[in-house]
Amino acid sequence: MRTILFILQKEFRQIFRDRTMLPIILVVPMVQLLILSYTATFELKNTRLAIIDQDHSVSSRSLNRKFEGSPFFSMVDGLITYDEGMEMLKRSKADQILVIESDLDYHIGRSEKAGLLLVTNAINGSAASLMNAYALAIINDFGKEVQKEMYPNLPKVMPIHIEVRHWYNPQLDYKTYMVPGILVLLVTLIGMFLSGMNIVKEKEFGTIEQINVTPIKKYQFMIGKLLPFWFIAMFELLFGLGFAALVFNIHIVGSLPLLLGVASVYLLVVLGFGLLVSTITETMQQAMFVSWFFLVIFILMSGLFTPAESMPDWAQWLNRINPIAYFIQINRMIMLKGSSFSDFADQFYALVVYAFVIFSLAVWRYRKVA
Amino acid sequence: MITKQRPPVIQVQNLVKRFGNFIANDNLNFDVAQGEIFGFLGANGAGKTTAIKILCGLMTPTSGQISVAGFDVYRQTDQIKKQIGYMSQKFSMYEDLTVKENFQFYGGIYGLSNIVIRERTAEMLDKLQMSGIKNKTLNEIPLGWKQKLAFSVAMIHRPLIVFLDEPTGGVDPITRRQFWEMIYEAANNGITVFVTTHYMDEAEYCERVSIMVDGRIEALDTPKNLREQQGVSSMNEVFIKLARKQNLNNG
Repeated sequence: MRTILFILQKEFRQIFRDRTMLPIILVVPMVQLLILSYTATFELKNTRLAIIDQDHSVSSRSLNRKFEGSPFFSMVDGLITYDEGMEMLKRSKADQILVIESDLDYHIGRSEKAGLLLVTNAINGSAASLMNAYALAIINDFGKEVQKEMYPNLPKVMPIHIEVRHWYNPQLDYKTYMVPGILVLLVTLIGMFLSGMNIVKEKEFGTIEQINVTPIKKYQFMIGKLLPFWFIAMFELLFGLGFAALVFNIHIVGSLPLLLGVASVYLLVVLGFGLLVSTITETMQQAMFVSWFFLVIFILMSGLFTPAESMPDWAQWLNRINPIAYFIQINRMIMLKGSSFSDFADQFYALVVYAFVIFSLAVWRYRKVA
Repeated sequence: MITKQRPPVIQVQNLVKRFGNFIANDNLNFDVAQGEIFGFLGANGAGKTTAIKILCGLMTPTSGQISVAGFDVYRQTDQIKKQIGYMSQKFSMYEDLTVKENFQFYGGIYGLSNIVIRERTAEMLDKLQMSGIKNKTLNEIPLGWKQKLAFSVAMIHRPLIVFLDEPTGGVDPITRRQFWEMIYEAANNGITVFVTTHYMDEAEYCERVSIMVDGRIEALDTPKNLREQQGVSSMNEVFIKLARKQNLNNG
């Protein structure tokens, strides 16, 4: 026990003597929360729309005004032909073009079917369908007004009335969705990256050899090495939660002790990963590349940015071994829905099994090589 | 022979270490007596570091009976580690900790009490005349000083045997001399010193020297006897003669 305290003392001294360490612990979370929460968003604002109005009629101007009045569109003016519109799309000066042919008013006047052409840059498929949905909503609205003018006697009430309510994130604020996920990222980076690098550093500098000739036990060394990062990551989580509450006004709905409890198990998985990486690498550079390889895959597949439920089956299957996916799910449930333990018991037990497996593997490898 | 009068603390019989087809240590046999300064010479790759690692419990031998401080290297490495000090050829104290903190850490993991750590640190720094720099971090201190500190740290728990793997590499002649004074003092206090070196003048300072060539011990005796056996006037010539003989045999 006393041996472990000596190791902890040494580790904390080294960690806090490192000038880059305090900024990493305090500034990185703030920057990540601020930048990612505001920028990693799929909300569409300012779709650049070019309306090619070849009709110049009362009807076409009325449709134009509707788009101009929408907060989702900004207009690209002055285009006359379809080819000009396509050129703008190609040069990324416009995202969407709407072609109103010269016979719109004519058809409407005669109560006939009229057509419009909507062209969307669909390189980003989900953005394209959002743009289409917004544009179609406006056009439908316009269509209803035209219909009302044509058939004034039609009943005013639609046969089915739908009322929509948004739960858990009533303002549909993307930040509310992102913040819990980013908190998980922070904890993961500290746990996996810094802990693994720390052990490999002793290998690279040769100090581990000096440790190995002392009667120190391997478990003492491992606890002494991993515990500091467990504390720092827990601190990081609390710090991030406080920051989210103060800056984004996102308060944890569920139980804080419950969240910390899950986090402490999750950290075992992450620290185990760090330890495992340190046993298969010799230098900090190697450790960094191996860690990043796994982290990038885990993060992109975790459902942080894109809903994991809409990934292909094989990806969802792969996500079963993605610890980040589990904890993001649980963290969102606790923070936003106030879920209790029984709501995510399955995911939690998965994490427990994961922690056990990865930690055993890491310890086994560690004993063998170091 | 001096070795007969003192009990052996290292006993090596038929030590073999293989890495696949490569034989790093080919049937080594030697004893080291308590308080002896035992020199371990050999070219790079001759198998010195492998042998030291086995004696320190960092590596398991392929075969042979080896005991260090009375403990078996296969089963009792933990007991061995309590009785030995080790200084590797790569400087391995913590550069970002102060002198005092390094002593404190190593003293602590050897299980010394805080009072003992404080006393020994003060005593050793006093002897090195380095008390003034105890709160400096290691990266602010010149290499020669650091090597002397590393030797002191390896001795903080008063081991029975201290292994020095090329301790004076890259160090200036004055510091080397001071370093050897430290080695003599340790030996006078009954501590066995097992030292590897490249410098043949240092070999002259050892009580007995073993010369390794290609994984085998080619010669083992006092420097004086070795010079006489080979009919030359310096250890340098002894070494070159033995190494060349081996090369001729191989060729």
